[in-house]
Amino acid sequence: MNHTVTNKQNEKIKQKKSLIRDYIIMGAVLAASTIILAIFPDKSEPVLTVSKNYFLELVMILPALMIIIGLFSAWVPKEFVVKHMGKSSGIKGTAVAFVLGMLPTGPLYIAFPMAAALLKKGAKISNIIIFISAWACIKLPQELVEIQFLGIKFTLLRLSLTIVFIILMGIIIEKIIDITEKKNIKPEKIFTVWSKDSRNPG
Amino acid sequence: MSEFINSYLTVLIINLIAIAWLIFSIIKNKKKTGESLKIALKTFIKTLPMIIIIIIFIGFLLGFLPRDMITNIIGQQTGIPGALVTAVLGSVLFIPALISFPLASSLLSGGASIMSVASFITTLTMVGIVTLPVELKEMGRKMTILRNLFSFIFAIIIALIMGVIL
Repeated sequence: MNHTVTNKQNEKIKQKKSLIRDYIIMGAVLAASTIILAIFPDKSEPVLTVSKNYFLELVMILPALMIIIGLFSAWVPKEFVVKHMGKSSGIKGTAVAFVLGMLPTGPLYIAFPMAAALLKKGAKISNIIIFISAWACIKLPQELVEIQFLGIKFTLLRLSLTIVFIILMGIIIEKIIDITEKKNIKPEKIFTVWSKDSRNPG
Repeated sequence: MSEFINSYLTVLIINLIAIAWLIFSIIKNKKKTGESLKIALKTFIKTLPMIIIIIIFIGFLLGFLPRDMITNIIGQQTGIPGALVTAVLGSVLFIPALISFPLASSLLSGGASIMSVASFITTLTMVGIVTLPVELKEMGRKMTILRNLFSFIFAIIIALIMGVIL
């Protein structure tokens, strides 16, 4: 009990330290850019105009986005994700892995321990890969920002291609791991086996 | 003009979702709503420095770097090598996705090709050099190497297809 408490406290202190560091860096960047613009006064107008435009665009969506992220993490706890990933299989399992990965439940490094726990519980390797990848690159609120800055066409095309290739990647990695596990091959040799295998399928 | 409408439509939709869900949350559970707002504020405080730094960086990028230079390195006619440059950048850098989109759009308006920008965003999110130690520890060497390797290759394929279509 005591052990976990001190661990949590340590984690909190660490987070506080990195927060302070981030604000110090921000202050340094602000100071440095002020000095640079003072040296190149003719550049200050274009630089400030661009920064101002991007700032305004972000200000219009950031508060709403933060509220959505906050609501998500309060209403969809992490336990829910673990509970639903473990037991589903087949196409339904893949869909569940996608949807759960897409929920804004936190940064990527949280996904790894969860994925490892799921793997021990017997979830399929392909679904684990899909879960991690969806978690990494298809986060629901973030996609709204992508539409805002890069347009709906770019976003939809990138998303649909990403979904297709994530599924493909899940299947391929599962096959490779199955094959190497059966033959008990060390990780260094995976790639040579894989290239041989792809030359003579079946 | 249509781009103008498009960008404000997104702003409107995001804000409407937030407000509607917030009202629903307040009616359903006041305590949970308080919790959510606390998380929202914490997330905001945590991301603010990064946002400010990126905004300043974008200003300098477009204000100082001549358009020719961006175009020469990652522009339309650089093709696949240009996309490879941004793919490596995207793999090594650790920028939250949220902030990478304004950065990507600034590269686009600075003369970068769709292909380079797509490979930048996709590797930025899928390939993680910075998160590699955690991934190795939790998922093992085999899965980590395979996932990052395939993510890198597929990111470039995705970028290629996007460059052809858009």
